[in-house]
Amino acid sequence: MNRGLRLGRALPNLKRAGALSCSLLVGGAVLAACGGSSDTSGSGGSSSSTSGGGTQLSLVAYSTPKKAYDALTAAYEQTSQGKGISFSQSFGPSGAQSRAVASGQPADVVAFSTEPDISRLVKAGMVASGWDANSYQGVPSDSVVVFVVRKGNPKHITGWDDLIKPGVDVVTPNPSTSGSARWNILAGYGAQLKEGKTPAQALAYLRTLLTKNVSVQPSSASSALQTFTGGKGDVLLDYESDAIAAKKAGDAIDYILPKQTLLIQTPIAVTSNGSHKSQAAAFVQWLYTPAAQTIWAKEGYRPVVQSVASQFSSQFPTPPELFTISSLGGWSKIDKTFFDKSNGTITKIEQAAGVPTVSS
Amino acid sequence: MPGVRSRVRVRPGRGGLGLGVATLYMSVIVLIPLAAVAAKAFGQGLGALWSSITSSVALTALGVTLASSLLVAAIGAVMGTLVAWVLVRDRFPGKRFVNALIDLPFALPTIVAGLTLIALYGPQSPVGIHLAYARAGVLLALLFVTLPFVVRAVQPVLIELDPEAEEAASSLGASSFTTFRRIVLPALRPAIISGTALAFARAIGEYGAVVLLAGKVQIASLVIYNDIESGTPEGAASLSIMLLAVSLLVLVLLRRIGGRGAT
Repeated sequence: MNRGLRLGRALPNLKRAGALSCSLLVGGAVLAACGGSSDTSGSGGSSSSTSGGGTQLSLVAYSTPKKAYDALTAAYEQTSQGKGISFSQSFGPSGAQSRAVASGQPADVVAFSTEPDISRLVKAGMVASGWDANSYQGVPSDSVVVFVVRKGNPKHITGWDDLIKPGVDVVTPNPSTSGSARWNILAGYGAQLKEGKTPAQALAYLRTLLTKNVSVQPSSASSALQTFTGGKGDVLLDYESDAIAAKKAGDAIDYILPKQTLLIQTPIAVTSNGSHKSQAAAFVQWLYTPAAQTIWAKEGYRPVVQSVASQFSSQFPTPPELFTISSLGGWSKIDKTFFDKSNGTITKIEQAAGVPTVSS
Repeated sequence: MPGVRSRVRVRPGRGGLGLGVATLYMSVIVLIPLAAVAAKAFGQGLGALWSSITSSVALTALGVTLASSLLVAAIGAVMGTLVAWVLVRDRFPGKRFVNALIDLPFALPTIVAGLTLIALYGPQSPVGIHLAYARAGVLLALLFVTLPFVVRAVQPVLIELDPEAEEAASSLGASSFTTFRRIVLPALRPAIISGTALAFARAIGEYGAVVLLAGKVQIASLVIYNDIESGTPEGAASLSIMLLAVSLLVLVLLRRIGGRGAT
């Protein structure tokens, strides 16, 4: 101890420099070791099913279909090609989940709310461009935009024009993160067009709705439902499937199917950089079989296979003036015109309404 | 010399291993992450950074957050001092319990604080007060999380305060208010300023307590998180740098006002 101290006293600067550089070297090594971790999390929760051994497929999905996928994955694991397959699932707002996968979150199957969320991954080279080449355009189940209201519909909401009446408080998610929010906004836009309004008038409707009647826009459909069931708002714009699930779960709500509404086509795709491509593709293909389609229907989703859809037609009435995204111009055109981060018409309306969009 | 134990004298300013470890810790935990944010913000080019900072969303968020945090810090300074005074100078049943309660905002996860406030002051409020999704609710949430800072800064100083000066003042005929104003407050001032600075810093960066309550109130931390979630990390970095710069300025000013006694 004495010798060390004597040396230190004799060469103080050297000792200090040595200690400093040693620490910085160690620090650099620590940082380099930590640099490899790129596990960005989606803002949703994750869950794993409990099958042991075998392959684990990771499913990254939008915020609301957890119950449906729990039922579907449980049923799939009972089939012959599903034996030994287990699933880890992640749910969150569709836009945020898509960006997380694009930034490196591992995924074998991606089930998002809107087609642009999958196109983002095609552009990033993570999903093959023929993902929607099957006869259902890559959409295993449909839904529609509905109005979720308090039990008994105390404010007598029946149509889109009721939403902009003064004193009606509407809850809808934030379109910068949520896919459901975009479906909702486009449904309102398309409904106005169906009523004979011009595009400019339809935009004015949306401006009134988002500025005067919408007071809170949570980041995802599921958090919007929680906000609504927590007591906020008179109407929630949501997926029909989410409303059915909430009613089944015992929430004190009803849902109204408006006369004019938008068909929600939620796509699913297999990633091309996953390690279990064939098993993932087998699972996705199975989702179109009658057995799987029946499970979709029982969970509140509209089946796409005609033979199953006709069995459940009483549960899923067709709205008289249903329209689709292609009748509005298709996703790539709409995504750019309405939701472009700097110039989108809806982005500008949301900014004027004081909702966090993007700050650049 | 045998038999004499040489004493290891700790000389200040020698550095060595202590300095190295401290530098490493500060770098890894604070400086390098800050440098990364600055790199991301400036990496988009000064023009883009400027337009990002001066966008209406960023300016509104900055303004609202600053105003709320300053207000909360000011209220906290007054009420925190009062609470500390009562806890030190007064006697009442349950004093120990109340003293322990002051630390509750530290112990509670901030999201739980947000949930509690929504349950209490949200649409289904059991007391009929509806403050959620508005500025008032955000202010309440910030007051909740910043409560302990001023109290815990002032308490030890109050405890140590020598009662002689106060006794001398009152024996010379000063009213209790004058005694408080001329004797006690100047002694407490550095502690109050220090606690207020901490409360301000905490309020400006709060996320968990306000995320559920904010509604359309533009709080900077929520805008930054939304930027990241919606795929605009450069916007997030720009606003973060602005927030950092402004809070640093306010903190430095507060320290200046605090004077020599503030640490």
